[in-house]
Amino acid sequence: MARKLPEINASSMADIAFLLLIFFLVTTTMDIDKGLPVNLPPLDESNEPPPPTNINKRNTLNILINSQDQLLVKGEPLEVRELRELTKRHVGNYGADPNFSVSPKKAVVSLKNHRGTRYETYITVQNELRAAYNELRDEYSERYFGRTFDKLPDAHKSVVRAEYPLKISEAEPDKTGSGAE
Amino acid sequence: MPAIRKKEEKELPAVSTASLPDIIFILLFFFMVTTVMRDTSVKVDIKPVKGTELQKLEKKSLVHYIYVGPPIPKYRAKYGTAPQIQLNDVFAHPSQIRNFISNERAKVPEKHIPALTTSLRVDKDVRMGTITDVKQELRKTNQLKISYSAVPRQEDL
Repeated sequence: MARKLPEINASSMADIAFLLLIFFLVTTTMDIDKGLPVNLPPLDESNEPPPPTNINKRNTLNILINSQDQLLVKGEPLEVRELRELTKRHVGNYGADPNFSVSPKKAVVSLKNHRGTRYETYITVQNELRAAYNELRDEYSERYFGRTFDKLPDAHKSVVRAEYPLKISEAEPDKTGSGAE
Repeated sequence: MPAIRKKEEKELPAVSTASLPDIIFILLFFFMVTTVMRDTSVKVDIKPVKGTELQKLEKKSLVHYIYVGPPIPKYRAKYGTAPQIQLNDVFAHPSQIRNFISNERAKVPEKHIPALTTSLRVDKDVRMGTITDVKQELRKTNQLKISYSAVPRQEDL
């Protein structure tokens, strides 16, 4: 009769696996990167001046940020915390006030910053503009679809997006380095 | 009866741990699959900006980072305290972004190139001049999909 083969002791397998497990636990990074997504406009290589745009002046919300992190909106100084409300008024105006936009589809936000503007201010402004649009989209979604924008199916989302297209146009940096002054 | 009980006590089996390695292996595989190795050490000091309208970046493998901020204390003697741009592991000049992007593009299959995203991790006190230079370089290389990395803000403005 053949001798019974001794079984290989597998009790240390767990320890080895544990060691590997701890290694991966330590090296893994679970942080999810969050941020404001932006699509930059393609660079126009030609030296021709851009074609004249027939954007009505009233449709443009002009925002200038100077090197002291102060805002000038439509020629008037403004606090950053007031920007959200003003943007909402501008975009959701529907032609009511002659100083603001004709319709959300035609509304444009024009943003120009100085080279000395702090990054934090710039991001806060960008964030407030998006917040204004998101609030408007939410209100529209609630009114016509009965729920907030996030919860809409994709088909309805694109309807709302087409109604409130986010159009932020950033000024080309000029060579002198002076932006809004 | 007493005889039988005696036999039972003698053969009380230990709890089997044979399946323990399997359980651990499952956990191990989970972490192996989800883990993303940190391949760069950040050499600049970044106090993140805050925002409320943030979106998650999908597909970590298609995201690369550009760090901008003042060097951490260790490097201050050599590089000073003025904000530096960090690409991969080195401080760089904006003109080197072109190279950096073409390297990143070479790393992924061609069909994924349009989905490549540049995440800008910038210290909140950096001046926009530096950022504008970076953005212009990105536009020159036609890398237009970017994200301004930020952390959620709870408090009001």
